[in-house]
Amino acid sequence: MKKLLIYTGCMMGLLINLSAQETIYPAPAQKETIVLTNATIHVGNGQVINNGNVIITNGKITEVGTATAVGKIIDCSGKHIYPGLILTSTQLGLVEIPSVRATDDGTEIGEMNPSIRSIVAYNTDSKVINTLRPNGILLASINPDGGLISGSSSVVQLDAWNWEDAAYKTDAAIHFNMPSLLPRPPRTRGAAVPQQAIVDPVKKGLEQIENVKVFFREAKAYQAASTHENINLKMEAVRALFTKKQKLFIHCNIVKEMLLAIDFVKEFGFDVVLVGAVDSWQIADLLKQNNIAVALNQLHSLPTMVDDDVDQPYKTPALLQKAGVLFSINDEDGQTRHRNLPFNAGTACAYGLSKEEALSAITLNAAKILGIDAMTGSVEKGKDANIVVSDGDILDMKSNAISYAFIQGRQVSLDNKQKQLFEKYKYKYGIK
Amino acid sequence: MKRLKSLALMLAFTTTLVQIRAQATFPVNDIANPKNGCYAFINAVIVKDAQATLQNATLVIREGKIENAGSNISIPKDAVVVDCKGKYIYPSFIDLFSDYGIATPQRQVSDGFSFVQQITSNTKGAYGWNQSIKSETDGAKIFTGDDAKAKSLREIGFGAVLTHQKDGIARGSGPFVSLATQPDNMVLLKEKAAAFYSFNKGTSAQNYPSSLMGMIALLRQTYLDAQWYKTTPTKEGVNLSLKSWLENQSLPQIFDAGDKWNDIRADKIGDEFGIQYIIKGGGNEYQRIKEIAATKASYILTLNYPLPMDVDDPNDLRMVGLDDLKHWEMAPGNAAAFEKAAVPFCLSAADLTSPADFMPNLRKAIEYGLSAEKALDALTKTPATLLGMYNKIGSLDNGKIANFIITSGPVFEEKTVLLQNWTQGIKYAIKEDGWYDAKGAYKFTASNGKTFSIDLKDAAVASLINKDSLTGKYSFDGKQVKISYTEGKDSAAKETILSGIANGDTWNGTGRDALGNTFTWSATFDHLLKLKTDSAKAKTPVTTGKVFYPFLGMGLEEMPKAENILIKNATVWTSDAAGKLEATDVLIKNGKIAGIGKNLTDASARKIDGTGKHVTAGIIDEHSHIATASVNEGGQSVTSEVRIGDNINPDDINIYRQLSGGVTTSHILHGSANTIGGQTQLIKLRWGANAEDLKFAGADPFIKFALGENVKVARLSQGNTRFPDTRMGVEQVLTDAFQRASDYQKLWKAAEENNKKKAAVPTILRRDLELDALVEIMNKKLFITCHSYVQSEINATMKVAEKFGFPVNTFTHILEGYKVADKMKAHGANASTFSDWWNYKMEVLDAIPFNAYIMQQVGLNVAINSDDAEMARRLNQEAAKSIKYGGMSEEDALKMVTINPAKMLHIDGQTGSLKVGKDADVVLWSDNPLSIYAKAETTIVDGIIYFDRQKDAELHLRNQAEKSRLIQKLASAKKASGAAGDKPGKFQKPTPRFEIMHTCMDHYHSHGLLTIDSEGLEGNN
Repeated sequence: MKKLLIYTGCMMGLLINLSAQETIYPAPAQKETIVLTNATIHVGNGQVINNGNVIITNGKITEVGTATAVGKIIDCSGKHIYPGLILTSTQLGLVEIPSVRATDDGTEIGEMNPSIRSIVAYNTDSKVINTLRPNGILLASINPDGGLISGSSSVVQLDAWNWEDAAYKTDAAIHFNMPSLLPRPPRTRGAAVPQQAIVDPVKKGLEQIENVKVFFREAKAYQAASTHENINLKMEAVRALFTKKQKLFIHCNIVKEMLLAIDFVKEFGFDVVLVGAVDSWQIADLLKQNNIAVALNQLHSLPTMVDDDVDQPYKTPALLQKAGVLFSINDEDGQTRHRNLPFNAGTACAYGLSKEEALSAITLNAAKILGIDAMTGSVEKGKDANIVVSDGDILDMKSNAISYAFIQGRQVSLDNKQKQLFEKYKYKYGIK
Repeated sequence: MKRLKSLALMLAFTTTLVQIRAQATFPVNDIANPKNGCYAFINAVIVKDAQATLQNATLVIREGKIENAGSNISIPKDAVVVDCKGKYIYPSFIDLFSDYGIATPQRQVSDGFSFVQQITSNTKGAYGWNQSIKSETDGAKIFTGDDAKAKSLREIGFGAVLTHQKDGIARGSGPFVSLATQPDNMVLLKEKAAAFYSFNKGTSAQNYPSSLMGMIALLRQTYLDAQWYKTTPTKEGVNLSLKSWLENQSLPQIFDAGDKWNDIRADKIGDEFGIQYIIKGGGNEYQRIKEIAATKASYILTLNYPLPMDVDDPNDLRMVGLDDLKHWEMAPGNAAAFEKAAVPFCLSAADLTSPADFMPNLRKAIEYGLSAEKALDALTKTPATLLGMYNKIGSLDNGKIANFIITSGPVFEEKTVLLQNWTQGIKYAIKEDGWYDAKGAYKFTASNGKTFSIDLKDAAVASLINKDSLTGKYSFDGKQVKISYTEGKDSAAKETILSGIANGDTWNGTGRDALGNTFTWSATFDHLLKLKTDSAKAKTPVTTGKVFYPFLGMGLEEMPKAENILIKNATVWTSDAAGKLEATDVLIKNGKIAGIGKNLTDASARKIDGTGKHVTAGIIDEHSHIATASVNEGGQSVTSEVRIGDNINPDDINIYRQLSGGVTTSHILHGSANTIGGQTQLIKLRWGANAEDLKFAGADPFIKFALGENVKVARLSQGNTRFPDTRMGVEQVLTDAFQRASDYQKLWKAAEENNKKKAAVPTILRRDLELDALVEIMNKKLFITCHSYVQSEINATMKVAEKFGFPVNTFTHILEGYKVADKMKAHGANASTFSDWWNYKMEVLDAIPFNAYIMQQVGLNVAINSDDAEMARRLNQEAAKSIKYGGMSEEDALKMVTINPAKMLHIDGQTGSLKVGKDADVVLWSDNPLSIYAKAETTIVDGIIYFDRQKDAELHLRNQAEKSRLIQKLASAKKASGAAGDKPGKFQKPTPRFEIMHTCMDHYHSHGLLTIDSEGLEGNN
């Protein structure tokens, strides 16, 4: 792939990349064995191997350590090897431009949509995707939004011709948006406007949650029967939840919501992941006891309360780590479009996590939460070769400089529209 | 027993007196019944005013006026005499902030979400251009008495109120009326008694003004317009709003500000135009009493305190701010704080959930340290004086209106009963059964031969004493009496019941004993019971926690002081020619940087070991929206008259949060809702300071412009009707504004020339605040920071500026700046941008993270800004992204958040780099400041430590203790209230405290759970 890029560059000569990013191709399947040598290998599980090699054959990691092999040797002296970074919860490829309705395929109408599948609308040609690989992000979970049960999310790899190619694990999780149990003040202001009564959201929320439980109870009963006169697509869609082949991602934030989420472990035996969970640090021990994992959506956020520690969101991962909760760090920022995932983890590191723990939160832990840890999430023998090579510490923006990235052993392009515009205007101004 | 003698008389005269004047135009549909209403109240304790109390005195009234009041005065022969032995007489209360008899119009409420554009006023007639200026409202013409409401106000002691229509920013005039239930003609004491203003548009749905600062600008402009209107300008024709505005100026001016900062903002408007408003406060003035005192205004205070909260759920309490708990505790002390600070005030019954809360809440204010004397003044003399009517009302002096109340004891004491309220000489019974105190010893004889000595005591207890002492109950309503008593015990208990009528000294009635025998009985008053003297505990005022500055959890009890500080052996990033210096000391003295070098010493300085740490200049955020009460005046496309500086909000936690990220100076910008937005305010993050002290003194003023999607209101789903709707229109809005400003400037110059000439007829022009600001821009006294994205609009704006001969100082956001960097360089513009935002709306599709680097390489002065209270805490790291995207040097990257923004804000002489003599705006970092691992450990502004990690930890401990104390106090209050505490209106469930978050619109960055974007809210205001 690198050759191809150089070739492309040469062919264009002085007209540097004036063609659009439509020429950035997904990489073809790996043919030749690749050996990354003499690198500092951050395995993703906490381990660091100094001066090690990684051998990639047929899309898999075949050796990690000192062994070498015949093939394409890439000298990674002074560089760092990391597992490809993973976004745990995004609407990548579903929502292109948040403020433009026509580009929003993220939110369906209706309260109960378990049969909605994000994968079928995932747009591999989203311009955002190409900006993620150069920051080390190679995999993402794509989830639908809206209603109570939004549908199923799938994990995609970020270098594909179409959604079928991209699919890494389809329908990995069902998404449940817990109704907010926070009372909100009335929106209208001004003395002349009568104050609207504050509705009790807890009561309303509890009713809605009960409706979701009723659905799952009915689905369980439905699934117990071997034949059906009429197929119920909604109930069919959640079969894998009951066999734990699929997880239930519950989007919620405050303590009471999270406590209610425990019900879904207790009553249905689901594998539950809390997404958002900004106040999870307050009940970390309970989450641990109930085997509930947490996907922290965005560390770079303000504290919940005016009186909270100014940097409470930054400290939350360390508190979860200490309690032994399985958690991942995500970047759902709608303005920078997910690319600051490594730096969100870096911040957690500044506030109590070790560097390797912070790395796990965006690699192996994320893979565990998404149910793809057998395939990826760490630089370990037998796993898919989803690997990034950075010149420096990947978690720090001042040293994050990705020189190579491999998805399933394919060396993927690190080019994107933004780099091309950079080249175009460097050319205009004669900047070297 | 003389007390009871006048009973019959009193009852005979409860009929209302009508038309006591000798002549009137109204025909009488009855036999004429002329009366002079002459009464003499004798043997009373007469409190003429808070300073003069007469024992055993007489009050004579006639024809609704006080004829005489004093000791040893003769009683007119034609007077009805009322014996007031044991009673107190006070002037009745006056409320200056009422809507009695004038309905408040209600605005049509939309669904609360959609924003409907209304560009012009909907008021029909020859009125002004803005619907919220309702100076023409003449309260007297729409006033009509309201018996039910009058009654409820009389019951709490009021006799007269200043009322008005609570609608609009200028609300016109209001009448002063008595609360007598009489024809409206008779109760209007003064038709136009005061003029009213507020920061609330009321029913006006006209878009302008949509913000607090817009309201302030509108008021300021209206003062100027009214001045000009005096010259009867032909171009204006007749403007009835301005005409009334001018007429109302001679009246007392009352401003409904409703909050401590708004009080100060209102006062500032008044200062500019030589007006001293009487300000209606919001109950939180105690939080800034020093600043309140400095307004020199008189205040109208209400007694609506926050309800106590239920504290039985830790998860609910998590969402309650410490300041809300503290306010609950301290709010009843507001009036006492005014008294202590010698700020004049009167009290009002406005804003109470129920008028019945008035007295209990007033007593609470007294418990919190308000003196009874001051309280009485605040309800009588002060309001009357403020209206200029103390010669007519407000005390019990001869000739004044006969407005007074008769009470059973000192008026503010809990056991005291308000018996009668006399308004304009007419009696209104409030609780007459309290007039007669039945308590005492009676001789009782019954036809069945029983005799007792009966003691009627407090709490309806009757003791019947013969040989034994029997216990019973009694009730007395002033006329009817009931007594019951029990003989024997348990199953042998036998109850006897009695009822009767009080016939003066003697009570007569019938009874029935346990066996069903009936009998008659009489009882005669014998003597008063010996009162159990309450151990007169000298009540000490309630103690509360301390005021925090600002009034937030992370506030301080005292403002921190400047220190001499010596940071030793750190890596010092000067952002100056000196570059990055290893193992270097920084000395701070008297708020300035006093030394940078090796081995510095200063005996007076606090030493901080900087080994392994880094020191930089304080970070400067060129684009921020924190600490402001409103951010967008989107009511019009050109609003250069509005100023963020008019509504700085020092109580924003984000000031503290930014300090924790090393920010020391923030440029608070108007939003991007319109092409020419408002004037900005540069502040230094002096946590705890008031609005004026936050301001960066002496800095050049700036103004916000905006282009593109936001100003053409692309987000409005129902379509936009405000010009412009395209980038073509935006360019014309700019051109038109500056064309008008040029013409305006010429007009003024010509007028000035003319007015210099001797014997010339002076030309009087209308001062236009909008055009004044634009002229200042053209004269390079006011500088632009222009929200911009795409290259076409950047280019076009520079062309307009060049045409009119001024520069665009800064393009902010400027995500396509890299495309026209050469043109910007030629123009002389600065660039302030985001590091890596893109693709969240159409105009940022071509945004690239290499933007800052390219612009810097082309030679522009480039800064990285936040536009975001969260990101502002990591601006150093945002700048560091240019190391990744482009390969900028670390030192250059840091400059993008220090000296570069200082240069573009014209403050590089004072701050922005570490250089001897500059302001000591300094940050100590735990690590390389360009690293993700760097934390600001200490943030210093003007040599004062405003943020420090250790101090922060101490504040959290303090807060935990304070919050626990208050929760315990609330729990005790709930316990003490017993079952009553569960009734509605007694306690409230804690509701989460949401913060309004101001941004530039179309924001997709997380601000935490408890925030509401200001967008949308302001559209509705």
